Order: sequence, then structure tokens, then C-alpha cells
Amino acid sequence: MPKDGGIGARSKRREDVRFLTGRGKYTDDIQLPGQTYACFARSQVANGRIAGIDTTAAEKMPGVLAVFTGEDFKDVGGNPAGWLINSRDGTPMKEPKRPVLAHGKVRHVGDAYAAVVAETYEQARDAVDAIEAEIEELPAVIDMASALANSDNLVHDEIGTNQCFDWGWIEDNREATDAAIKSAPHVTTLHLVNNRLVPNAMEPRSSTGSYDPGTGEYELRTTSQNPHLTRLLISAFVLGIPENKLTVIAPDVGGGFGSKIYHYGEEALVLAAAKRLGRPVRWTATRTEAFLTDAHGRDHVTKIELATEKDGKFIAIRTETMANVGAYLSNFSTATPTFLHGTLMAGVYSVPNVYVNVKAVFTNTAPVDAYRGAGRPEATYSIERVVDKCARELGIDPIELRRKNFIKPDMYPYTTPVALQYDSGNYDALVDKMEERGDLAGFEARAAESKSRGKLRGLGISTYIEACGIAPSNLVGQLGSRVGLYDAATVRVNATGNLSVMVGAHSHGQGHETVFPQIVADMLGIDESMIEIVHGDTSKIPFGMGTYGSRSLAVCGSAVVKATEKVITKAKLIAAHMLEAPGEEVEFEDGIFSIKGTNKTVPWGDVALKAYIPHDFPLENLEPGLEETAFYDPANFTYPSGAYACEVEVDPDTGEVDVLSFVAADDFGNVMNPMIVEGQVQGGLAQGIGQAMLENTTYDENGQLLSASYMDYTMPRADDFPMFTVDHSSVTPCTHNPLGVKGCGEAGAIGSPAAVVNAVIDAIQRGGKSDLTHIDMPLTPARVWAAMNA
Amino acid sequence: MKMTDQRAINASPAQVWDALMDAEVLCQCVPGCQEMTGSPQEGFEATVVQKVGPVKATFKGAVTLSEMDPPHSLKLSGQGKGGPAGFAKGSAQVTLTPEDGGTLLAYEVEANVGGKLAQLGSRIIDGFAKKMTDQFFARFQEVVEGPPQEAPENSGDEGGDDSAAEPPAKKKGWFSRLSSG
Repeated sequence: MPKDGGIGARSKRREDVRFLTGRGKYTDDIQLPGQTYACFARSQVANGRIAGIDTTAAEKMPGVLAVFTGEDFKDVGGNPAGWLINSRDGTPMKEPKRPVLAHGKVRHVGDAYAAVVAETYEQARDAVDAIEAEIEELPAVIDMASALANSDNLVHDEIGTNQCFDWGWIEDNREATDAAIKSAPHVTTLHLVNNRLVPNAMEPRSSTGSYDPGTGEYELRTTSQNPHLTRLLISAFVLGIPENKLTVIAPDVGGGFGSKIYHYGEEALVLAAAKRLGRPVRWTATRTEAFLTDAHGRDHVTKIELATEKDGKFIAIRTETMANVGAYLSNFSTATPTFLHGTLMAGVYSVPNVYVNVKAVFTNTAPVDAYRGAGRPEATYSIERVVDKCARELGIDPIELRRKNFIKPDMYPYTTPVALQYDSGNYDALVDKMEERGDLAGFEARAAESKSRGKLRGLGISTYIEACGIAPSNLVGQLGSRVGLYDAATVRVNATGNLSVMVGAHSHGQGHETVFPQIVADMLGIDESMIEIVHGDTSKIPFGMGTYGSRSLAVCGSAVVKATEKVITKAKLIAAHMLEAPGEEVEFEDGIFSIKGTNKTVPWGDVALKAYIPHDFPLENLEPGLEETAFYDPANFTYPSGAYACEVEVDPDTGEVDVLSFVAADDFGNVMNPMIVEGQVQGGLAQGIGQAMLENTTYDENGQLLSASYMDYTMPRADDFPMFTVDHSSVTPCTHNPLGVKGCGEAGAIGSPAAVVNAVIDAIQRGGKSDLTHIDMPLTPARVWAAMNA
Repeated sequence: MKMTDQRAINASPAQVWDALMDAEVLCQCVPGCQEMTGSPQEGFEATVVQKVGPVKATFKGAVTLSEMDPPHSLKLSGQGKGGPAGFAKGSAQVTLTPEDGGTLLAYEVEANVGGKLAQLGSRIIDGFAKKMTDQFFARFQEVVEGPPQEAPENSGDEGGDDSAAEPPAKKKGWFSRLSSG
């Protein structure tokens, strides 16, 4: 029987009432009195020296209030990278300054070098066109291999190289891995490109800065996944505004997928401009600006080798990757290709030797950072493609080869050669579930039917594991993180018995406003509708770290549990006082406090009211009020895993690929709301299959972004997909957080690309072209046809 | 993008060379050229109106001649700035070879666009550059030779380009006007 409330119920998303009726309140919907508008002048060249910027004409344009250039911000700080990565030789990564506005040089098309603030948006835009910038174009640094080879042409002259770091993980594994590969009976090698993606949140970035000269207080309304982190970056690193004089509010946010984790220069500009003008300043990105300046995702070029015994037992995995970080280091850009990628390179397999090398490369392109999955899709794609190729080379069924090498359920906790300790999992159970839900036994009959119609049918498998619930501060601190990655919740019981729960996580599509109340309601034995979630405003919420890395439930949800436990403890003391019994004798169940072995009870609502009317409290032993805060720092990452199967049909005449079915069998640990989990997986699958089939970000050799609109960048649509089969019934609970949850937000995007590509390769090989072992994503008809006819 | 092609022109290499040095000729040949001033030594200033896909703009540009080896070869380089629309630039390496009493004009063209032109028009830019180049040299041939006798006027490569300059067709070619005028 499905539950009708609490943990595990398919509670409908309460936030959808406003989203589906057009009543959401996004940054750009909020109109402040006296508001003005900012517009940015952006570089048309990828690499250029700013010889001069003449703003005289722009300043005289109608409605113009102020014009800013990089000169105005040369004395403030830069936007920092959040992780310090050390190279193999022990030297720290190169960290060139990322200014609010470009100064001296522009480094990618779209790099802002000036901004106009005017009475209307149109006036600001016209005035931007009147800015005369003399920018001498320099040769662009685009291709990563050339960027590393050529030290004459630099993105950042002051660091003397285009290499940010050269990271080895784990350096101590290097020799043993090299030796194991050298002596292995079989080595499968694969070169692949993980295509660059533009996040394309439905709501473009938008920021409104305001300043009160009477109090000296700033407010920033902005599209952020983590308002406290944004405030910290602006205060401590960029503008130096005292943290207690800056409120950051992230109201409704229309999708982020990682791109709104980061602090961007536009946020600093609107704050500085608001102070100078004494009026609110708003900027909202056009879709073209979103393409040019949102932090992009992926963009790895990888060589992976898998060494095995003749029977397919894995001996070693070795990778060499070039990871594009773009023109500047975005906040998580150095963690994404390293600790969110290299640490996952053992996958779900028991493999004794793993060594990962990642060179991060500056190029004259938009910054690249975490995008749904963040490093783990890149790791999964590399592993699952090479495992598939290996199976074909050895003549072993791809599922059998995977099963043969899985970490088995009796091996947990399992420490991989790349330093993670998986706490739980059962990968064979996931494959069983995938085979059952996808009727894999019936595949050959379906393939024969396709063949009768002249089509090539293929079956592709992928497994994945990801590290979510980011992250244990102690561990990430040792790995170079400059921030802690706990989260926080305050549970405030109001006098009338309902609750306001303030959380550090930010919901921008995830459904926190529905799920967190389910948990609290379950713990208190009251109705979900009595609980309201408050998020997104640093003046209201405790100092949490926000939402990314599938962490909200595992980390912030755990903080909610801890704070609710504290509330129950305190409420029991109040109940004990009311019932005139010792505190340890109070029991609490289904919203009723009772005394062991008696029929004395007091309901939840009476205790809540009493907390705020403490007329007879023994104040030396019992404080008034019922409000508790908890900070929760996880003991380990969580490790969701899954087994995915994709069936495709390839048209041999045109190269067109039709994705016919997709089965996702995931282990997310305990599930709080199955409906929301299904939605999260479906969204992730859309993005992952979109990467595999459609999406690609293309810069030409001069650094011009050619795929800068929906005319040239193909977003997936509903009719590109079959109905997804999503199953999360195979559960191994997380062992170290109170809910036993693992996180589900990114899984679909992590596990699906390899399954799609494996399916297409399978189809083509079944069609007789057995020497075709790889096609780089996206698998457009042109690429598939060309590969089939090469 | 890069393009190479060649044209046989019914005039001597010296005559072709002189035409390439003439601002008025160049303006007649550059599609959409509104104005061209300057000299081969100091370079030419040009104003060109063009529409590329969804982006229509007035380009202020400069054309320079370099690597000049009269009357054998030279390089024409140009760049135009279209303000918020972006920019276009390109070069043509031109060689003139005597052939059958006339001249074989061979060219290697390289063209690039940037800014909004690249962001919104990249799908059509290769075709656009090829069309611009073909038009330039076709018009150049017409201007130097005069229009083909039998061909009706405007049979050239005007296409549907609404922003192109006035038709280049003349009763007499540029050289014959010079020599008879």
C-alpha cells in the first residue's frame, strides 16, 4: 500500500502549484523601486589586448547613469577557485586572477570588459553599442593539445603556461599500474572525447543589486544554487563587503544543473553599481549571453587503457585526460576533473591498479565547471566504453564481463585503489533488475524483427557509481577544498504547533519544499501540511552550503533530521514538565507525548504552545521556545549506483539513430518520495541521452562560438526519447547518514551516455562492420553515417 | 573557411593588375559596397552593407594590399567591423598568369567572422563567403572585360541579395573605357 504521507509517500510537489500556474517569483520578476538596468559590453574576439576603451559617447547617451570598465575594479579582488589542486611534482596549480570586468586582456568571446547602467534596459543596450573599444585580436588558444605544446601563445601571460595543473591520482599507484599494464595478457585502449555542453537552464542568469545608504546594507537577488557560498565569495574574496552587511537572496530559480553554483562577475557589478548610484541595478542574461558566459560542462579528451587477464579479469586501468577549464578558473572547475572524476575511476569494479592523470588546460573559451554529474559522467563514460570495447575484443558478453569484475556485496566497506571507501552496494542485483525490467532476454527476437525492416538494432549496457552527498569536510579539506561541505537546518516550531524549517540547501527544481516536510512530518507524527520550508535567503537560513552534487537530501536532509531530533528532545522536556514526570520517562509517538506505564498524555500542539507561554517553567532547567539548529557534516560520500540498458535502431542508409528503449535500475538507498526520484532520473536521462545524441558546443579555431543559439545547439525534446523505465527498488541503504539515502539528482546524466554509445556500436557491429569500435558523441546521423562508411 | 578557384579574364596581366589597384573598381566588385576610398599604397577604406542570415549590418572596414609583385601576385586583406553584429575579415591571395592572350586569375580566399555573425550565422557562413567571393571575382571580370555581348543585363550573380550594390554591368569594360576614353 502506498503511504499517503511521510517518508516514502508519493506526495505531490507543493511547489508545482505556483510553478505550473505561472506564480513563481524569479529574480527578473521582482521589481524594486527606482530600479535601473545593466548591460554588458562583451568581447567579440577570443583573445585580445585591450588597447583602449572610450566610453565618452556611451556616457552621453539618453538615460545612461554610469559606465564601468575593468579599470573600476582593478583594485578589488578576483573570483577564486574553490579547490587548490597540486600537480604531480607538488607545485600548486596556476591561479590567474578572474576580475569582475576584463582588464588588460579579454580572454574569451563574451568576456565582459565594460558595463552600462541606464534607466531602461534598451537605453543600456544602446549605450553598450556606443562604447568604442580598441581590442587588438591575438591568436586564440583553442585546441588543448596545441595549448599545452605552445608556450608562446598564452591565455594568461603572467603564469607562463597554458597548463593549470598536471595531476596524478594516485601518484603512488603510477609505477605499479604501468607495470601491470605492460605485463598484462590483454590491453584495450580507447581514445575518446567527452563533448562540451552548455547547461541551458530554462531561466537565464539574473542578478539585482541594491544598497541602502542609510544602513550601509547591500542586497543581492540572484540566480544561485547556494546563496551563502555566493555571499562568502563576494565578501571574502571579491568586493570585501562585510558579510553581515550583505544579504544574498536566491528566490525561485529555474534550473541550475551546476551553472548557478558559481559566483559570476555580473553579481559583483550590480552590487558595486547599486552602491555608486544609490539605486537598485538589475541585469538579466539574454540567451546568447547564457551560451557565451554560463560555465560550460565536460570537455575532456581522454586516453583510457584497461588491462585484463585472458579470461577478462581486470588488472589495471590507466587514463590520461586533458580537461578544458576555459579562460578562467570557475569556482569548482579544479575539483570537477580531479576529485569528482579521478576518484571514481575504479567504477563498480574490483580492479587492483588504477592510475589517473589529468592535465587541466586554459583556453580562450568560456569557463568550464561542474554540470549535472560533474566529473562522474566523464569517469563513467570512459570506464564503461572501454569495458564494452574490451568485452568485444575478448569475445565475452558485456554483461558477463561486468558481473565477473563487480565488487561483491560481501566486500563492503570497499576501499578502491583511488582512495574512496564505498559503504554499500549490490551491482549484480541492479543488473538483474535491469535485465528483468528491460526484457533483455527478448532482445535477439527484437533485433531480428528490426533486421526484417532493414534496421540495425543494438543493445548497450552501462553501469555507474558516483560519489554524492558532497562531502565530508575533513576529507575534502585534505584534498584541497577551501570550503567545508556540511549543511545546516533550523527547525522552528511555531506557537500554534506548525513548523518553519530553514535549510541551507536551495531548491531550483529538486522538490525540497515537498520532501523535507515529509521527513519532519514522519518524525513528529504530524501532517506534512504543517511544515513549511524556508530556503534561499541568507538573512533567514542557517549557513548551509547549498545544492549541487546530489547532496541536498543526504547532507541537508540529515541536518533536518538532526535538528528535528533536537526539537523532539526539547519537546520531551517540556512535556515532562507539563505531565509532572521525569524527562527520561517521556515517550513520543504519532504526535503524542506520554509517560511510560501511565495513561498521561499531552499532544504535540499543546507542547508547542507551552514552549512560548512558559508561565510556570523552571527557568533554571528549562528554556522557553522550541527551535533548534543542526549542522551536519557527512562521514563519507554516498555512493549511488545503477545499471542502465539502452536499445537503439540505426538506419544503415542514413546513420540516423532511434533510441527505442531505456531502462535505468538505480540504487539510491532509501527513497523518500518515489515520484520525485522518478522525475529526477528522467531529467538526468534526458540530459545524458541529449549529450550522447544531440548536444555539442563548437568553437572554431579563432575561438568564435558557433553553437551559440538553439538554431545550432540541439536541446533534446520529448519526442527524441522513448518512455523511460525507471526502477529504484533495489536498495542498499547508505550506512552513515540517518536516512540511509544516497542521492538521485545526477544519476541519469552519469549513467546514460555510455549506454547509448555502446548500443549504437553494438548495432553497427551486428550490421557487419565489426572493426568500428568508437564514435565520438554526439551521435548525429552525419557522424554515424560517416563512421559506417569510412 | 578557405576557398580556391580561378577565372580566365580577357585582358592582359598588366590591365588586370591596374584594375585591382583602383578603388572604384574594387567598390563595384565588393558586394554591398557603398563607398571605397584610398589608394593601393595607403590602403582603402570601405563601407559595406551586408545581411548574413538574421544579422544585417553596416561594416566599416579597411582593405590593404600587400605582398605586391606587379603584375604577378598580391594579397588583398580586409576586415570589417559591424559593431554589435560582429566582424568579418578575410584575405585573398591572388596570382595572375598570362594565358592565351589573357590572364588566368587564381585566388585562395580565407574568410572568418566573429561575434554575433558567428554565433547566429555560422551555419550559413561558408555558403555566404563563397557567394561573396564568387560575386567579387565575377563582377571583377565583368568590370574589366565588359559584360558578355549576348548575355542579358543582370544575368550575373546578383542572386536574391537585397543589399547588394548597384548592378555592375556596363556597356564597356573598365579597360576599354580607359583606353577609348
